[in-house]
Amino acid sequence: MTAALVALRAILHREALRFLGQRGRLVAALVRPLVWLFIFAAGFRAALGLSITPPYQTYIPYETYVVPGLCGMILLFNGMQSSLSLVYDREMGSMRLLLTSPLPRWWLLLSKLIAGAAISVLQAYAFLAIAFAYGIRMTGAGYLGALPAMFFAALMLGALGLMLSSFIRQLENFAGVMNFVIFPMFFLSTALYPLWKMAEASPLLARACAANPFTQAVELIRFALYRQLNAPALGWVALALLVFGALALWGYDPERGTVRRKA
Amino acid sequence: MTGLRVESVGFSYGAKRALDGVSFVVPPGRFCALLGPNGAGKSTLFALLTRLFTTREGRIEVAGHDMAGSPRAALARIGVVFQQPTLDLDLTVRRNLLYFAALHGISGREAETRAAAALDRLGMAERAPEKVRNLNGGHRRRMEIARALLHRPSVLLLDEPTVGLDAATRAAINDHVHRLAAEDGLTVLWATHLTDEVRADDQAVILHKGRILVDGPAGADLTDRFLTLTGEMA
Repeated sequence: MTAALVALRAILHREALRFLGQRGRLVAALVRPLVWLFIFAAGFRAALGLSITPPYQTYIPYETYVVPGLCGMILLFNGMQSSLSLVYDREMGSMRLLLTSPLPRWWLLLSKLIAGAAISVLQAYAFLAIAFAYGIRMTGAGYLGALPAMFFAALMLGALGLMLSSFIRQLENFAGVMNFVIFPMFFLSTALYPLWKMAEASPLLARACAANPFTQAVELIRFALYRQLNAPALGWVALALLVFGALALWGYDPERGTVRRKA
Repeated sequence: MTGLRVESVGFSYGAKRALDGVSFVVPPGRFCALLGPNGAGKSTLFALLTRLFTTREGRIEVAGHDMAGSPRAALARIGVVFQQPTLDLDLTVRRNLLYFAALHGISGREAETRAAAALDRLGMAERAPEKVRNLNGGHRRRMEIARALLHRPSVLLLDEPTVGLDAATRAAINDHVHRLAAEDGLTVLWATHLTDEVRADDQAVILHKGRILVDGPAGADLTDRFLTLTGEMA
């Protein structure tokens, strides 16, 4: 095995062990979307009428509509959390260790992203399993098809977190990121309401919503869960991944990046 | 040449000059103490030596490899112990060592053998399956030093490695690293602001306000010279 693959495997293994070692983390990661599913969606069902829009071929209850968005929510929170934990000193120590490895820096950062994304996707599947037990069921092929979609979306959201962790100085606490990044991204997306519904309220907001990479990530997952490929969404997510990834790499470049500020 | 060579290195944080024309050479087998009061530029120099930062001013050479020209070859020859702990407290001692070995491309039986040998040397073999959280500060530091040597570097960099440790542990770690230089021919750069960690026959480099004031044998009167120099210049 090449040195690069050895390092990737070790980084994946480390993230998995850390995740398994902190049992509370899985519970905490699941409580949030489950509260939305069991309480918010139940209450909202009465208020929001959904018409038939792709990929759905029939009327669906609101709980069914919201499941892909809540998968996205798990990926979004995880992407931010795992990358932003780098901002804190204790994690910065381990990042230093990573960056002084004699492997290419882009590979080390990509490995970290892949490891974070894998953990996020595991959590999203745990959520889908609970939703299945609750009665919101997809086909086997849908669950399978969602794997690459969720992984890709998780990579993109992880890259966003990594980029933020390299640039943000003031928002060094999670609450700040929550208010300025997570909430706007989540509420200005199709996770909770379809685009046409948003357009009824405000065409401007609907346009912002459509341009939001998180919307595209949610739609990619939504279509994949119904065994369909949403090519424009895939393109958007890929573009966002490239842009966020490149900016993160730029941010962690030893000539100009943020590590400098934290030495 | 092997060892560590720093030539005319300069670095600024925006308008603030952190290092200016820093030059020194540490030959193989030498213990060099990098002394300086807080804010002297030691941490900046360490960040440059470990390529957390880069600079266009000057040149850094590790075991004959230029840090700017062939950074990966240079990094592969360096072992680093950072001032802040970089161990994963929730992972086991063994797993921490294997993780580091993997970051240097060492895996499988080779990694296991090296990790076991490192723990043996520290007399910590039986603690391999324990979580690092259960180790005391001294053991954690020793483990970080052992970890920094897993890939058999020729230069060992330590940034104030005894911070927060009691006097006996400090002395033991200091002895250990002196032996590594004397017996294994390792080039050691030990940053500190404590002159009692430096022996008379060590090389001493005194850094103050980003410039080198002294580079030579520490001698018996290092503490007085250090205080006088850094006091006068303050």
